[in-house]
Amino acid sequence: MLKLEVRPQPSKLMAVASPLLALALTVLLGIGLFMLLGKDPLRGLQMFFWEPIKSAYAWSELGVKATPLVLIALGLAVCFRSNVWNIGAEGQFVVGACCAGWVAMQADAESSRLIVVWILLAGALGGMAWAGITALLRDRFNANEILVSLMLVYVAEMLLGYLVYGPWKDPKGYNFPQTITFLAVTKIPRLFDGWRVNIGVLIALASVLLFWVLLFRTYMGFQLQVGGLAPAAARYAGFSSRRALWTALLLSGGMAGLAGGLEAAGPLGQLTPYVPAGYGFAAIIVAFVGRLHPVGIVFSAILMSMFYIGGELAQSRLGLPKSLTGVFQGLLLFTLLACDTLIHYRLRWATRPAAVTATGAT
Amino acid sequence: MRSPDEAQRNPGAPRLELQGISKQYPAVKANDQVSLIVRAGEIHAVLGENGAGKSTLMKIIYGAVKPDAGRILWNGAPVQVASPAQARVLGISMVYQHFSLFDTLTAAQNVWLGLDKSFTLAQVTTRITEVAAEYGLEVDPLRPIHTLSVGERQRVEIVRALLSGTPGRPKARSHPLGGRAPQGGDLGASSHPQLLILDEPTSVLTPQAVEKLFVTLRVLADKGCSILYISHKLDEIRALCQRCTVLRAGQVTGEVDPRQESNASLSRLMIGAEPPQLQHVQAHTGAVALEVQSLSLVKQSPFGTSLSGISLQLRAGEILGVAGVSGNGQQELMAVLSGEDPRAPTGSVRLFGQDVARASPRSRRKRGLHFVPEERLGRGAVPTLSLAQNTLLTRTEAVNRWGWIDTARVERLAQDLIARFKVRAGGAGAAAKSLSGGNLQKFIVGREIEAGPKLLIISQPTWGVDVGAAAQIRAELLKLRDGGCAILVVSEELDELFELSDRLVVMAQGRVSPSLPIAEATIEKIGEWMSGLWDQKDKTAGEREHAEA
Repeated sequence: MLKLEVRPQPSKLMAVASPLLALALTVLLGIGLFMLLGKDPLRGLQMFFWEPIKSAYAWSELGVKATPLVLIALGLAVCFRSNVWNIGAEGQFVVGACCAGWVAMQADAESSRLIVVWILLAGALGGMAWAGITALLRDRFNANEILVSLMLVYVAEMLLGYLVYGPWKDPKGYNFPQTITFLAVTKIPRLFDGWRVNIGVLIALASVLLFWVLLFRTYMGFQLQVGGLAPAAARYAGFSSRRALWTALLLSGGMAGLAGGLEAAGPLGQLTPYVPAGYGFAAIIVAFVGRLHPVGIVFSAILMSMFYIGGELAQSRLGLPKSLTGVFQGLLLFTLLACDTLIHYRLRWATRPAAVTATGAT
Repeated sequence: MRSPDEAQRNPGAPRLELQGISKQYPAVKANDQVSLIVRAGEIHAVLGENGAGKSTLMKIIYGAVKPDAGRILWNGAPVQVASPAQARVLGISMVYQHFSLFDTLTAAQNVWLGLDKSFTLAQVTTRITEVAAEYGLEVDPLRPIHTLSVGERQRVEIVRALLSGTPGRPKARSHPLGGRAPQGGDLGASSHPQLLILDEPTSVLTPQAVEKLFVTLRVLADKGCSILYISHKLDEIRALCQRCTVLRAGQVTGEVDPRQESNASLSRLMIGAEPPQLQHVQAHTGAVALEVQSLSLVKQSPFGTSLSGISLQLRAGEILGVAGVSGNGQQELMAVLSGEDPRAPTGSVRLFGQDVARASPRSRRKRGLHFVPEERLGRGAVPTLSLAQNTLLTRTEAVNRWGWIDTARVERLAQDLIARFKVRAGGAGAAAKSLSGGNLQKFIVGREIEAGPKLLIISQPTWGVDVGAAAQIRAELLKLRDGGCAILVVSEELDELFELSDRLVVMAQGRVSPSLPIAEATIEKIGEWMSGLWDQKDKTAGEREHAEA
């Protein structure tokens, strides 16, 4: 009989091995899934695990998807480590895109290339402001930040809808709900000609470094984490929980808004009702699969992007529904949570249970 | 009410006999060939330092840990106790030193969970009130655990043990759920456990309550219940127990009659040496370090204690002891003094003459106030963080002006603390929760002492700490005092307060008594004041006893 036994110390090996084990289990379950769907499992797996990484062009596409995921997940990792549950990164992403889009629309023939900086700044500030609403309601009225931030996602989508159907609609756009196509001067500079990947990737990698430093080398990062791990210890030490709340929410909102700005002025090039693509929600999974660690987040973001691309390929080439993406993402999170048990517990074959032998006394 | 069957089978057999019990843990041999005999109705002490293997041995008897080798005989018959539930069926119950209570449930619900399923919550609630009255263990069954102080929680544990360890009696199980049976009943007063294991039970009781508990324990023993009494308080063991088994490093170093021994001889068996004697020199007091003036504060939680009219003064170079049963406002007062509760009215708390009533813990720390809280894990230290990181809670010398942490220096700081205070830990990188309570306490106390405070407030400095380490902590405190630091010690161990303090005050019902120089304080007087009776000095002794009853 298999038995779970508490480990005397959490296993360091399993903390690293658990995501890999989870990935292996996800692949196994995926094979079963493809077989049930009547498709060749090998070809199915190829769509998800080989096609997205087989060429430099594929890596460029991977980078396009992974950049917003990394940026948002970094902010969320700080939030979650501080015990602040920002579930509304999607809304902060949308508002960031709107603010960045507004700046982009102000560009004219004389604008310099520097306008990109203002676009990204506007995106970050927009996301910050949107997250700031959550922080304010939590701080002033003790409103639950999970619910508030989540509901603000839908408000943000409504706001975007209002703008693109209303005041910001392109007058020459055949009445489609979209803004004008932003001028070329506002475009986020691409890294290579012909490929969509842009300097957002570099921003994301620099952010990884910055967040690592923030979390593990600065006193502020330490304070945030203590507030999350042991609120009583934070009170004892005199770390302000209000400051932690504001810092965490503004930081993660800013990162989500930055991702929104990069997306609007990058691959999208205009605002449409389809700006919210689920990055804000997927980043929650990315953050957890990456162990809330900046470096781990890079790997998990790449993995999630593979699922995105694989899902699209599976749709176009195998005729499978695109929702497979979501299925794979969910499977990964579930198997990860299951495998994480092994960090604190170990499996043992229990020989005959030693119970019911105490009949001697009665 | 023992079953006749069992009594006849082994009339002369000891209640419990351990033969050659061994238990090897990965790093340490916790028990090495331990043998022990407890007779029916005997109060048997198990004495030893932290880490001597007492707890492991008790867990083996209670079925929570499986021994690698050895035999357990219960009333003469060999048994294997596979689980605590099974131990309770046998009639063994235990009060752990570390509580196992659900914070969000009430006292009654917690007790109820540990019992046979056949009682209603209402029955259990009534029974708790009865037992509480019978043994002088004040417990309000309807209060949630998280609102109780450490001392109150322990009382819940004792009541639960008294109710839960009843030998299995098939007839009782089939009883209808309705009202209690007329004679004895399922939870009747006569159904005590056959063996009650108590792990350091008196650390949170007033001297009077300890006396009462001893009366209870003696009554229990007279009725045939055996008691295993784990303690490091030599006086108590000598007053209460008939036999004493001494453990050191997992081995039995002696089995003696404690009534024939002296504290020194017991100490020698326990630690191989006599504990160092503290040098308590005359205090040279300086300027006023801490002044609390008519501080009143309404409780934050409905079950907290409101502070009322508290005034006290503490000078540099002296130790002021705060005695009292826990739950009388000590926690609330500590939170006000440390700054964790910043609601105190302006001017009510002064630090070196300056008003700090609303200052944050950090700004108070900058002015020289350091604080060691009662809860080590979760408050004094973050359980999952390393010792090195935990130094950063109150020590910021490794953080530069721009908030940058010098990790090498943090590491060194932790290593120095580990070395200087002889903390047994797997290095500076060990998680705080991997340390035993005593070792973590040494680390936290060391962290605050080494910061060079001008005022140190310390709550329960040696709770759960072994004799050697406790002596070390007390010596460090005295050294700090002699160096001119003002120290406020809150403790439930009167011996400790008498050993350390220059003056004593008593807290009861959210009020603080006038201070007594240590020379004028007696155990009796302080114990009396713990009931809040310091205003009635002029009454005769007879009246006093009356008021106490």
